[in-house]
Amino acid sequence: MFALLSYFRPDTATAAGTLLAPVRWRPLEILFWLVAASLLWLAPSKVLLLNEIAILALFVLSLDLILGYAGIVSLGHGAFLGVGAYAAGLLGKHGFTDPVMGLLIAGAAAGLLGFVTSFLVLRGTDLTKLMVTLGVALILRELANKFGNITGGADGLTGVVMGPVLGLFEFDIFGKTAYGYSLTVLFILFYVARRLVNSPYGLMLRAIKGNSLRTGAMGVPTNHRLVTIYTIAAVYAGIAGALLAQTSQFVSLDVLDFHRSADALLILVLGGSGQLWGAVIGSIAFKIMYDYLAAITPQYWQFWLGLVLVLIVLFGKGGILGFVNSSREWLAHRLGKGAAK
Amino acid sequence: MLTILFDGFAYGMILFVLACGLSVTLGLMNFINLAHGAFAMAGGYLTVVLMNRFGVSFFLCIPAGFLVSAALGVVLERTLYVRLYARSHLDQVLFSIGLVFMAVSAIDYFMGAQQQLITLPPSLQGRVSLFGIQVGIYRLFVIAICLVLAVALQLILSRTRFGSQLRAAVDDARVARGLGINVSLIFTVTFAFGSGLAGLGGVLGAEILGMDPTFPLKFMIYFLVVISVGGATTLTGPLLASILLGIADVAGKYYVPTVGSFIIYTIMVVVLILRPQGLFGRANAR
Amino acid sequence: MTPVLETQTLCKAFGGLIATNDVSFKLPAGARHALIGPNGAGKTTFVNLLTGVLQPTSGRVLLKGEDITGLPSYQRVKRGLARTFQINQLFADLTPLQHIVLAISQREGAATGWWRPVGSRSDIVDEAEALLRQLNLVDVRDQRTETIAYGKQRLLEIAVALAAKPAVLLLDEPAAGVPETERHQILDVIEALPADVTLLLIEHDMQLVFRFAKTISVLVNGGLFVEGPAAEIARDPRVKKVYLGEELVDV
Repeated sequence: MFALLSYFRPDTATAAGTLLAPVRWRPLEILFWLVAASLLWLAPSKVLLLNEIAILALFVLSLDLILGYAGIVSLGHGAFLGVGAYAAGLLGKHGFTDPVMGLLIAGAAAGLLGFVTSFLVLRGTDLTKLMVTLGVALILRELANKFGNITGGADGLTGVVMGPVLGLFEFDIFGKTAYGYSLTVLFILFYVARRLVNSPYGLMLRAIKGNSLRTGAMGVPTNHRLVTIYTIAAVYAGIAGALLAQTSQFVSLDVLDFHRSADALLILVLGGSGQLWGAVIGSIAFKIMYDYLAAITPQYWQFWLGLVLVLIVLFGKGGILGFVNSSREWLAHRLGKGAAK
Repeated sequence: MLTILFDGFAYGMILFVLACGLSVTLGLMNFINLAHGAFAMAGGYLTVVLMNRFGVSFFLCIPAGFLVSAALGVVLERTLYVRLYARSHLDQVLFSIGLVFMAVSAIDYFMGAQQQLITLPPSLQGRVSLFGIQVGIYRLFVIAICLVLAVALQLILSRTRFGSQLRAAVDDARVARGLGINVSLIFTVTFAFGSGLAGLGGVLGAEILGMDPTFPLKFMIYFLVVISVGGATTLTGPLLASILLGIADVAGKYYVPTVGSFIIYTIMVVVLILRPQGLFGRANAR
Repeated sequence: MTPVLETQTLCKAFGGLIATNDVSFKLPAGARHALIGPNGAGKTTFVNLLTGVLQPTSGRVLLKGEDITGLPSYQRVKRGLARTFQINQLFADLTPLQHIVLAISQREGAATGWWRPVGSRSDIVDEAEALLRQLNLVDVRDQRTETIAYGKQRLLEIAVALAAKPAVLLLDEPAAGVPETERHQILDVIEALPADVTLLLIEHDMQLVFRFAKTISVLVNGGLFVEGPAAEIARDPRVKKVYLGEELVDV
C-alpha cells in the first residue's frame, strides 16, 4: 500500500525533485511499451490494426506538440501527413527503396513545408490560423489531384516498392514487419518528444501557450520558438505519413483529406491534449471505437464519432487522461485520508 | 459569357445568404460555428421532403425553410451553443465539427447518400431575355430575393433598435446588461436569424448547389472563404466576396476546369496573409 | 555619467491623438524614480514605448547609452530592461518555481536546450530557490499559479522580472488590486530590492510613490509636466492642481 502511495506522490521535497518528477519513467509506461512489443508475437492476427494505431498515434503526437504544448490551433495538420506519404511513396516507386532513408527524406520534406508555412500560420488570431492551415491543406490536396501524372491523382499512387528495413527485415503480407517497424519508429520519436517536452524548451512552449506577452517580456523570441516546434511537428507528421505509405505500399488522395486533420484533433481531445500519452491512448481508443462502431453501423459510425466529440467538449475536460488523472488524484486523496486515520 | 457572369452572380447571391448568418455569429458574436452549413442542409432537405413527398409548393418551402432552420437554431443555441460562447475557439471548432459529423450521418441514414433533386414549379422554369441576355427565370428569382434580403439585413443591423442593441451586446456584454438589454435573448434571436437565413439559402440553393449529406462539409470552406475575404465585420464585405467567389467559381469551372478550386483556396490564403481583416474589412475594425 | 535609461524627444501619435508629446527623460543608474500622472496622461503609452510594445512616431530610446528604439521587446530585456505588468501576466498552469527556472534559463541562454530536462542544472534551480525565498514565495513553490493568492501572484510577477537580472526594472502599479491585508508584503519586497537595480515606478497610488521614490516625474497630456525630488513635487502647487478633481495629493 505504501509503495503504491509513493508511486502516486513523487518525491517533492526538493525543488529539483519536483521539477524532475515528470521526467522519471513510470512502471506503467514501461509496461505499455513491453506489451505493445509483445503483441507482435501474442496477437499476430491483429498486427495490421496495431500498425495503423501506431502510425495514427505518431500523427496525433505531432499535433499534440503544436496544439497541446504550444497552443497553435490547426485544421490542416493532415497536409504534413500527406506530404510525407507522397514523398515516401514516390521514392519507393522510383527505385529508391530503402525504408529508413525514405522516412528521413519524407520527414525532411514535410519539415520544409512546415517551416515555410509556419510564417503564414503564426500570424493572426486563432481564426486566421484555422483558416490558413485549412487552406494550405486544401491547396495541397488540389495539387495532388491535379498533378495526377505524378501522384496518381484520384486513383492513388501504386507500384510503391519497399526494400527490407535496415537490409534485414523484409515486409511480409501479414504486416508483422510493418508493425515492428512502425512501433520502433513511434517509440524512438515518442522518446525524443518526451525529452523535448520535459526540457526547458518544452516548458517554454507551455509558457508561450499560457501567456506569450509574458514570455516576450522575459526576453524570449516567442515566434522563433513557435516556428521551431511547428517545423518539428511537421517532420513528425511527415514521418507518420511515410510509414503509412511504406507499410501499405500505396498512397491515396485520402491522406490529404480534411477528415484526417479533423480526426487527429478529435483523437487528441479524446485522449487528452498537452500530454504525450493522450495522443497514444486517444489513438487506441479511437481505433477500437471505430472497429466496434463500424461493425454495428458501417455507414453511420461518424454519427457516434460526432456525438463523442460534442460530449467531450461539453463535459469531458482533459479527455481520457484527464479523467484518469482526476480519478487518480481522488483515489490518492482517499487513500491518504485512510492512511492518516 | 454574360450568361456565365449572370449565373455566377446568382450563385454568389446564394452563397451570401448562406454565409451571412455565419458572418454575424463569427464577426459579431465571435463564435466559430463550423456547423453553419448543417442549418442550410436542414432547409434544403426540408424542401426536398415537402415537395417530393407531400407535394408542397416551392413557394411555401421558402418561408418554411427559414422558420424550421431558425427554430432548430433556437433549440440548439439554448441547449448547447450557449455553453460555448465563453470557451476557446478550439472548443468551438471541435464542438461544431462534431455537430457536422452527426448531421451528415443522420441525413445519410434517413435520406440516403445520393444527391436529392427537386423539380421547380413551371413558373420558375425556362429562360427569358433580359437586356439581350438569355437568363434563367429561377436565377433571376433567386437574385431578386437575395438582393431584397441583403438590403433588409443591412437596414436591420444599422437602423433598428435591435441592431444597435446587438452591437452594444457584442461590444461589452456586461455594460449592455447594465443598460437593461437582454443580452442572451439578443444572442438567441441573432443566432436563430442566422440559422434561418442559412436554411433559406439551403432552400434556394437546393436546385443550383445540389443537396447531399456532405453539403455542410463541402460548403464549409466556401463560407469560410466568403468571410475571410469579405471580412466579418460588415455585410457589404461578405456580399462583394460572395459575388466575386460565385462568378470566379462558375467561370473557373467553365473556362479552366482543370484548375478547379485551387485558385479559390489560394486566394483565401493570400488574402488572409496580406489582409487578416478581410479584403473589404476596415483596418482596425474592432 | 550616462543615464541608464533615456528618451530623446519621444513622440507617439495615434492618428490625430498625441499620446506622448516630446518626452526627453533621463533615469540615472540606481535611481528610485516614480512616473505619475492623472488618468489618461499617457503613462501606459510611455511604458509601451520604453519596452518596445509600441514604436514611437519620432524620437529615440536609449538603454545604457545604446539606441534601442528599433529593437523588439525581447531584445530589450536581453539588454537589461525588464518590466512587471499592471495586470498579472503569468502562466496559469505553471508553478512559481517553473516560472523562475524558465526566466533564469532564458537569461543564461539555456532555455533552448531540448534534451536535458528542466531542473537538471543545479545552479539554475538553486538560484531560483534563492529568489523565491527572497520574494517570500517558498510556501507556494509547487502550486499551480492560478490557485495561489493574488498578493503572491503580484510577488511572482516581480520575481519573474528580477530573474532576468535587469539593470532597469519598470514596476507598473505593483500593488494594483492587492487586498489591504497582503499589501505590506509587496511594499517590503520593493523596499528590499538591491540598490544596483534602477527602479522606475509607474504608479497611481501616492502613498506608495512617496514611500519609495526619491525623484518624481509628472506626466500630463502626454508631455513631461514637471520633474524633481519627491519632496519638491509633493509641495508643488501645480501638481496639486493637476490632480485636483482626479484625487487629492495628501502627504
